Amino acid sequence: MESLTNRKKVVSDKPMTLWEKIYLPAIISGMITTFKHMLRKRKTVKYPEETREFAPVYRGQHVLKRDEQGRENCTACGLCAVACPAEAITMTSAERQKGEEKLYREEKYAATYEINMLRCIFCGLCEEACPKEAIFLTDRLVPTYFERDNFIYGKDVLVESLDQRIDITKRQHTGKRSQS
Amino acid sequence: MIKVTIDDVEIEVAPGTTILNAARQAGGDIVPPAMCYYSKLPGTGGKCRTCLVEVAAGSAADPRPMPKLVASCSTQVMDGMIVKNKTSERVHENRGGVVEFLLINHPLDCPVCDQAGECHLQDLGYEHGSAKTRFREERRTYAPIEIGNKIKLHMNRCILCYRCVHVANQLTDKRVHGVLHRGEHAEISTYIENAIENDFSGNMIDVCPVGALTDKTFRFKSRVWFLKPMEAECACEKCSGKAVLWMFGNEIYRVTARKDKYGEVETIDDKTAWICNDCRFDKKDTIKWNILGPRKIDRHSVISQGKYATKNDQNPQLLR
Repeated sequence: MESLTNRKKVVSDKPMTLWEKIYLPAIISGMITTFKHMLRKRKTVKYPEETREFAPVYRGQHVLKRDEQGRENCTACGLCAVACPAEAITMTSAERQKGEEKLYREEKYAATYEINMLRCIFCGLCEEACPKEAIFLTDRLVPTYFERDNFIYGKDVLVESLDQRIDITKRQHTGKRSQS
Repeated sequence: MIKVTIDDVEIEVAPGTTILNAARQAGGDIVPPAMCYYSKLPGTGGKCRTCLVEVAAGSAADPRPMPKLVASCSTQVMDGMIVKNKTSERVHENRGGVVEFLLINHPLDCPVCDQAGECHLQDLGYEHGSAKTRFREERRTYAPIEIGNKIKLHMNRCILCYRCVHVANQLTDKRVHGVLHRGEHAEISTYIENAIENDFSGNMIDVCPVGALTDKTFRFKSRVWFLKPMEAECACEKCSGKAVLWMFGNEIYRVTARKDKYGEVETIDDKTAWICNDCRFDKKDTIKWNILGPRKIDRHSVISQGKYATKNDQNPQLLR
């Protein structure tokens, strides 16, 4: 039968020649390979001190964006929760009152918005479903905790703070979401 | 009985039936969409032009085609009439144009609107509309109006189908709202924002094909696809008492009349099952209702997401 891969090798049991019996040439050629690798550039990084750059398509912790005037983009339309295959997102909505125009962009806003990070599979479908460019996945990592309830992220964690805006321009220019 | 062919489907209907109703009797996907026609309200129809169809042959006696597309909701069938709806390129093109016209002044606020998910204009726009608008002028805008303390009117979203006016005329004893002004300036309004205080005024919300008239007790509470519709009944002396409860857990978020697949209130025991304002707005407690079981939802509707049928749900008595 014809072999399926080319990895099969015929094992021979021939007696060694004199050149092979000396062993030294084989050791030297082996050491050459070893020393060559010592001079090469290292392929690993010393992780906690050094980190690698994230790919622009990396999907990490979510952020709920604000617009240029600092108003929340999310209108609690529920499309992210429908799109979510892990059913990790829950929200309740509320009506914007008079005087809150600087806080929320539209007349409806998310009063609570929770993502269960234990359920989330970081697929990015919420981001794709969002009609208001409110939710984005960022290159931040979700930390680990010992308690389960710490993983339920509310608006206090998800909404970006006014003085520490989170840059998502890289994500906006990857894939379908590129701005026209 | 007269014979009529709609999209290669041949059916026999009673004389005097309109093309739209003949298509509905045949069922399936040959039924033209309708935004303003409401079979339970006599006098509706003929305004939105979404139900236009092509008549390829007028009748057996006079088989000439009708020169223009006709409104199927108000054109009666003739013996031997051949109607083209889905199979006609002209109808498809025309419907796209009608949708574009309907969307000229309709805001793109589906993420905010309570009707999203059960909106007929959303369905129609999804099927026939284009992703971009060509309308460059300013849209007409109005501030939301309170009609009574239970109904909110978003005039921006209104497509002037007149269904709610017919509800007020036919169901309530005294109509206090209507369409003011003409053309571009036409708007649904009450004189000096008069409260509508009839027991059946809430049915305006159910007949509204878009989100112009919305239930204030449900306003922004939830999205329809997060709720589970349950069929329920209660002993009500004013109305049929047969309604759909939109529930989240054990909480009733909203009560509506039972609507069929054309978005019209169902006929139960030969009577259109309108519900009164008490049932709609005030009975938000499960004790007051006798819950019959989950309502059957179309598999393709967004409302069916996250709802899994169990064996109990397949009880044919509960599902119709």
